[in-house]
Amino acid sequence: MNSRNHHARTVTRTAVGSTLTRRRLLQGSAALAAGTVGVGALSACGGVSGPAGSTEIDYWLWDANQLPAYSAAIDRFMEQNPDVFVRVTQLGWDDYWTKLTASFVAEAGPDAFADHLARYPEFVKLGVIAPLDGLAPLDAISAGHFQDGLQELWTGQDGARYGIPKDYDTIAVMYDKAMLTEEGLTPEDLEGLDWNPEDGGTFEKMLARLSVDANGVHGDEEGFDPTNVARYGMAADAGIDYTGQTSWSPFALSTGWTFTDAETWGTHFNYDDERFAATMDWYFGLVDKGFFPPFGVFGDSSPTQTQVQSGKAALALTGSWMITTFNNMEGMELGIAPLPSGPVGTPISMFNGLGDSISEQSQHKEEAARLIAFLVSDEAQQIIGERAPFFPSTDVGTAAAIASYAESGLDVTPFTNRVENGETGLYPLVENSASIASIMQTAIDQCWMRQIDGADFASFNERVNALFE
Amino acid sequence: MSTVTTSTRSAPPARRRKDDTKLALMFIAPASVGLLVFLVWPLLTGIYYSFTEYTTLTPPEWVGLANYRQLLTDPIFWTSLRVTVLYVAINIAVQTAVALVIAVLMQRLTQSTILRSLVLAPFLVSNVVAAIVFLWILDTQLGIFNIFLQWIGFDPVSFWASETWVIPTVALVNVWRHMGYTALLLFAGLQSIPANLYEAARTDGAGEIAMFRRITIPLLRPILALVLIMTIIGSFQVFDTVSVTTQGGPADASRVLQMYIYQNAFAEYEFGYASALSVALLLILMIVTFTQYWMSNAGKSDLD
Repeated sequence: MNSRNHHARTVTRTAVGSTLTRRRLLQGSAALAAGTVGVGALSACGGVSGPAGSTEIDYWLWDANQLPAYSAAIDRFMEQNPDVFVRVTQLGWDDYWTKLTASFVAEAGPDAFADHLARYPEFVKLGVIAPLDGLAPLDAISAGHFQDGLQELWTGQDGARYGIPKDYDTIAVMYDKAMLTEEGLTPEDLEGLDWNPEDGGTFEKMLARLSVDANGVHGDEEGFDPTNVARYGMAADAGIDYTGQTSWSPFALSTGWTFTDAETWGTHFNYDDERFAATMDWYFGLVDKGFFPPFGVFGDSSPTQTQVQSGKAALALTGSWMITTFNNMEGMELGIAPLPSGPVGTPISMFNGLGDSISEQSQHKEEAARLIAFLVSDEAQQIIGERAPFFPSTDVGTAAAIASYAESGLDVTPFTNRVENGETGLYPLVENSASIASIMQTAIDQCWMRQIDGADFASFNERVNALFE
Repeated sequence: MSTVTTSTRSAPPARRRKDDTKLALMFIAPASVGLLVFLVWPLLTGIYYSFTEYTTLTPPEWVGLANYRQLLTDPIFWTSLRVTVLYVAINIAVQTAVALVIAVLMQRLTQSTILRSLVLAPFLVSNVVAAIVFLWILDTQLGIFNIFLQWIGFDPVSFWASETWVIPTVALVNVWRHMGYTALLLFAGLQSIPANLYEAARTDGAGEIAMFRRITIPLLRPILALVLIMTIIGSFQVFDTVSVTTQGGPADASRVLQMYIYQNAFAEYEFGYASALSVALLLILMIVTFTQYWMSNAGKSDLD
């Protein structure tokens, strides 16, 4: 939706859905070709049938980076369950949702599929995904099996589960260590920064320190020209959406602000809150100071990892699903720092997780349930965690992923610490997300273009809240 | 046919006509079936859906005029209508002017088939491909056009991300793609103007510009009117270029009507409301077309 946006923008691709910042990069397909083994590689092509007498089920996912890990786990599943043959299909983020909707209409959808928080409430409303309670293999899995809060995100308003958490993601700061050394700073300088919406705290001072104009003047020096910046202190996503997952949400959430009136399934948005308004004024106000790119400077052709790699931006707030992508960028040495602490005293990261859902139309719910139950078993989570460019949903999987990153010399604890310390805010799980995205996109674009202020969000908030009446 | 004699002329005309009808119907049938199945039926169901609330996955529910009432008070509908009209104005004005010049040049200056075919080349490129190519050419960071602008001393322009530039940019990309085709249609019209008129004018000492104003334009009027009607209808339906480049942004600056319809239908599952928007577009196009037809006297030619 990535936005979607809104999402291809300088080419801002902010349209509904496309900006959903978990849109994964095509880049992964190379890894896919190299890393996929056995049946996974074959089954990704579709049209493969299993051995005679076995039940065939379809499993869909969109993330090419996740495909090798899940293929390996699904191969193991089929070894242990010779009566089930799983056909895995991977599609790009945008095509995925279009094809999924079309296939539901045609009653030809997958039996089980990777689902997103911004999408599943709509599917529940349309009655196309099945409540998972009562499916024997899944009843044995309790919420305590996962990181705290994940199962909650996949529980409908009726109290039934509509997805089994498969992974989670949090936000941290990524940068090029070589750039930091050149500036005479150390990674420790990026730890323990604080932020507030009034003067931006030590975090804004760091952004100023790292911003450089075309004449080589730093943002904290006399004569800095904010209209002619060579390196911005903070990188910008091509499109920023109503969740601000990797942009403004860490700041807004660290003021104690919440998206809605309830943890999940809120029906009243708080875009008219003073703390939100102050955060937006500070965040997009960085444009005027020259520490953050003006609207449209970087489009989909120059995502944050490219901005950091090419030295056009110093720090990038990004999600844990991007670790591998950043780490694979040529000519930079990836450093990961925690988010700055906000007025509540700690950093707060958005906490989001994908889940596996089962189609209501499926003729093989039992087999599909066995598959997704297996995918969260310790055995599968170990397999997935070892290969994962992301954090699997259980402790075993997370531990395996941290160990695997540590082996390649990456300390990913700035991401995992947020969950461990309970310093997270849930991704807004609400109805009408597509309409909300569409309404708020206008406001956020206009604020970024410096046409409206944080206080002007109140009128958009009214329109959003009217959707719930 | 069984009693054909030498006097075919005296055969009863009624019988012959009857035979022709059958044959004619057979010839028309494939096209008619196509028309009914792919145009008339979807049109009628579309109009029906516009009176319902419909998510595709649950059966449509009759809501009467509710969608239309919502439409009249929907600020985004009016914004997108304004954006669309601006797009059509820029697109049609530039495209028609450029195409007319190309067509006249083709007729008056060159007989080369290669040159004439070359003009049509952009039309052979699909809209989506053209849009993606220009998306890169005009990219703020990496676009070759922006690098050229910097080289000659200008600042780079965010063609796709500036509220001022985005609609002119989309309009001109589509001009580039369609001008050759429009020129070809106008060129066909020019061919029908008798050459002796130009010869006579030249004998009387008229220059190229005078001949263009006094002969070409008046005699081309019926074709020009037809071409305008066709291109304006096409222009109102702009979608693919916006969909692959800006998706309606920045803010609402390029949210054309078709884009808004698409977002309602396929992102928000509001197929009923999207159908009502489509019917509104249909009505607008009908009014525009009939007005234009009537005003331009497209049915008559000055050649007679």
